[in-house]
Amino acid sequence: MSTLFLSKNSCPAVKNILILDSDGKRVAVKYYSDEWPTHSAKLSFEKSLFARTLKSNARTEAEITMFDSNIVIYKFVQDLHFFITGGDDENELVLATVLQGLFDAISLLLRNALDKREALENLDIIFLCFDEVVDHGMILETDANVLAGKVAIQNMDASVTLSEQTISQALATAREHLTKTLLK
Amino acid sequence: MAQPLVKKDDDRDEEVEYSPFFGIEKGAVLQEARVFNDPQLDPQRCSQVITKLLYLLNQGEAFTKVEATEVFFSVTKLFQSKDLGLRRMVYVMIKELSPSADEVIMVTSSLMKDMTSKTDMYRANAIRVLCRITDGTLLTQIERYLKQAIVDKNPVVSSAALVSGIHLLQTNPEIVKRWSNEVQEAVQSRAALVQFHALALLHQIRQNDRLAVNKLVSSLTRGSVRSPLAQCLLIRYTSQVIRESANNTQTGDRPFYDFLEGCLRHKAEMVIFEAARAITELNGVTSRELTPAITVLQLFLSSSKPVLRFAAVRTLNKVAMTHPTAVTNCNIDMESLISDQNRSIATLAITTLLKTGNESSVDRLMKQITNFMSDIADEFKIVVVEAIRSLCLKFPLKHRSLMNFLSNILREEGGFEYKKAIVDSIVILIRDIPEAKETGLLHLCEFIEDCEFTYLSTQILHFLGIEGPKTSDPSKYIRYIYNRVHLENATVRAGAVSTLAKFGAMVDGLKPRIFVLLRRCLFDTDDEVRDRATLYLNTLGGDGAVVETGADVKEFLFGSLDIPLVNLENSLKNYEPSEKPFDINFVLKEVKTQPLAEKKAPGKKPTGLGAPPPGPPSTVDAYEKLLSSIPEFANFGKLFKSSAPVELTEAETEYAVNVVKHIFDSHVVFQYNCTNTIPEQLLENVTVLVDASEAEEFAEVASKPLRSLPYDSPGQTFVAFEKPEGVPSVGKFSNMLRFIVKEVDPSTGEAEDDGVEDEYQLEDLEVVAADYILKVGVSNFRNAWESMGSDFERVDEYGLGPRDSLAEAVNAVIDLLGMQPCEGTEVVSPNSRSHTCLLSGVYIGNVKVLVRLQFGLDGPKDVAMKLAVRSEDETVSDAIHEIVASG
Repeated sequence: MSTLFLSKNSCPAVKNILILDSDGKRVAVKYYSDEWPTHSAKLSFEKSLFARTLKSNARTEAEITMFDSNIVIYKFVQDLHFFITGGDDENELVLATVLQGLFDAISLLLRNALDKREALENLDIIFLCFDEVVDHGMILETDANVLAGKVAIQNMDASVTLSEQTISQALATAREHLTKTLLK
Repeated sequence: MAQPLVKKDDDRDEEVEYSPFFGIEKGAVLQEARVFNDPQLDPQRCSQVITKLLYLLNQGEAFTKVEATEVFFSVTKLFQSKDLGLRRMVYVMIKELSPSADEVIMVTSSLMKDMTSKTDMYRANAIRVLCRITDGTLLTQIERYLKQAIVDKNPVVSSAALVSGIHLLQTNPEIVKRWSNEVQEAVQSRAALVQFHALALLHQIRQNDRLAVNKLVSSLTRGSVRSPLAQCLLIRYTSQVIRESANNTQTGDRPFYDFLEGCLRHKAEMVIFEAARAITELNGVTSRELTPAITVLQLFLSSSKPVLRFAAVRTLNKVAMTHPTAVTNCNIDMESLISDQNRSIATLAITTLLKTGNESSVDRLMKQITNFMSDIADEFKIVVVEAIRSLCLKFPLKHRSLMNFLSNILREEGGFEYKKAIVDSIVILIRDIPEAKETGLLHLCEFIEDCEFTYLSTQILHFLGIEGPKTSDPSKYIRYIYNRVHLENATVRAGAVSTLAKFGAMVDGLKPRIFVLLRRCLFDTDDEVRDRATLYLNTLGGDGAVVETGADVKEFLFGSLDIPLVNLENSLKNYEPSEKPFDINFVLKEVKTQPLAEKKAPGKKPTGLGAPPPGPPSTVDAYEKLLSSIPEFANFGKLFKSSAPVELTEAETEYAVNVVKHIFDSHVVFQYNCTNTIPEQLLENVTVLVDASEAEEFAEVASKPLRSLPYDSPGQTFVAFEKPEGVPSVGKFSNMLRFIVKEVDPSTGEAEDDGVEDEYQLEDLEVVAADYILKVGVSNFRNAWESMGSDFERVDEYGLGPRDSLAEAVNAVIDLLGMQPCEGTEVVSPNSRSHTCLLSGVYIGNVKVLVRLQFGLDGPKDVAMKLAVRSEDETVSDAIHEIVASG
């Protein structure tokens, strides 16, 4: 894969993004680095990461840990566990920003009804969010509203769940969310 | 029949929760994918099928080559639909399928059409897809569009092109480098992410041009970079420039430091942190430079966000290794982190505190840690134990509370690695802090009373055998040791027997009681245990008479084995039962360095015809045989050491010569391996004239010419010198190859009768001190060092001057001394500022030598070294110092 993951002076790079359910099973995952070359290597990484973070409370604020010389930042909501992995030289706050952006974008698009069932029913949206947030390990966009806007616009015709939502509605939801975060 | 079926359904309801993908099956989905071929496309249906396909791939389902191709072809049909959402899914699907080159052609035209579309989303996505799946050939065709896209007014399109450029730079650098004007323009973009992507690409294009990077950094650090991510990049590039620029300028100011410090006041936390981290990692950072960075990190410590606390404490932890005093200001904040919910943060806080703490705070700290230890995982505990060990070495007066802490946690639950870390720490403390010895030993004794790990039990028993007899009241350990003989498995029992015997040998007062115990062991069920007991009873005089055990018996029983076990094993395998008993003195002591030499070999330049001959096998074995077959050298005694071959000619010369130095007690033999690389010549009567005028202590005693040296068949000639016995004489020798040349007729291969005398100048050869030291490893350096004793210890400090790196200095000293590095200490971990290296060897005259080297960086480049030598002879210890001092 690209040298994005090799040199310390290169850009911040994301090694993978995972969304697992409360049993540690995959909802959606995306690997950008070939550090885990086989399917079983990926699964065992997910399994041990899940076991290790299971007991922590990452619901209000994202939590962080070192794992196999990688930094992993994670955040839970309902029965969904979000993870992002980067190298151990990575700026932790950059990774956290990416995870938060993805997390908020998906929350916006699923109108805050974020749980496993909703996620699976709108898996196309999740895949599109993955595609818009990171490209091949390179951070593409971190602003949740921009991310949600990009995915929503493209989905308004096709997606069943968002079919009744217009662009202005999506933006209204986004604005509402923004004011909420500002007032916090 | 019906009943079990119903039951099964019930089970399913309980177990499986609802999922839209429940019961999904690859074959069925592939069937469904046929809707892609319908003339009337249903975009919604198609999107659903693609989602299902993506779901399968995401769950790790693999498509066969045929399946993937089939899916790919039907997906390409979907370009006919004008539906935005479906098109978006098609893009994702194509990327996931990563089609082969001949498949790519199928979609190229569709993607190129999208790339020039009026819809921004089409443009952006088509660029990303096309650049991902394309090979270089297509790139020249679309280059024009990509350059345009980079400066597109839509930031999404621009970012897509820039990010694709970053990926393409790995495979097609020459093309991407042509875009630098456009990229430079994009750096000025108002859109935050475009700026970030453009800066990343621009730097990668220019990264090998130091001047250009320098210019880039100096222009951007003055201007305002809007995006926080871009600002982070700029900080990284700036510290790279600082690192590579020459040392500080005349005024002592560091270039660009002001910029880094300014970033500490940025509004984005990620920028502040990036800048703080960059400052702490500056080469030779001063405390004045550090202060502002530490201040912002300290603020982060009390943040409500775990990520921020973690980032800050991790950075401060690193700073504490090199600048502990700079971090002490944060100690109060750090202490409150010990109770942090996030155990990674708590562990980092504790280890930082242990590094920065002062003597008075130790007790308080230990109290806090005790509560903390019970609820963290073993891997964190090991980190804490190691930190406590170094703290104890730093404050030996505090050994009582620290040792107590270690013994308490030793009694608690824990896995092997954790227990081993604790035991190792206690052993090190016992070794380095004499006052801690007796309590430490008792802690270990109590531990083996209830220890589930055989390895640890035997290690502790061995250690007790060495340290126990030297204490004021050795008898109190006997009970613990003898209990092992009753309660443990055979391995531990055998270890306990040996330890008992050691007490018996060292402490005469205990002899009668030990003999009683050992005699009981004669009835053990295990062979090894009985054998050991028998051996000890016989050698220590267990027949009743209490006599002082002789030094030679002690040496025989408990002395360290100074031969590598591999060599001993080989010798034993080769030994044929005969009248002659096996003699351990004939076992080679030299550690075989063969594998190393093999590793180096591929790095050598291929030397074609002029290649030096492979020569006779370079093992000492073969050399010894070869030399003893030459009558002139037969009375030189036992060969002490043979050096590796030293080349005396350049590669690809007419005659290739290398030399092996054979060291005997009072002689040195040079073995010249010669190869004639000229097919038209035959050399006869080949000798080497050696001028020893720069080697005063050497006198030539014999030489053995080489009768004939035909083309490409190596031969040897020897020269022997006498030198003072047992003295490591050094000197420089100049060499001249002398021979008679005869022309050879290439067609017949016959040489002419008349030859011409000729000479050929070879390079000089030196006999150095390292030639008198054998690389002989010891398996346990610490034990060997202890048992050698400090009677002939010589310690001194040396400045090695500026060096490229610590590792280079370490290797230089190892090469100079020619000794065997032990326990992997020749490897220096990168970025460390100090290193300890352990060497062992045998000096001429069969004197064992152990060396402990402590290196430290003194200033930015200067390396200082403390050299401690222990040997069986003080002149040898001095000699080692002399080698270093003159080297």
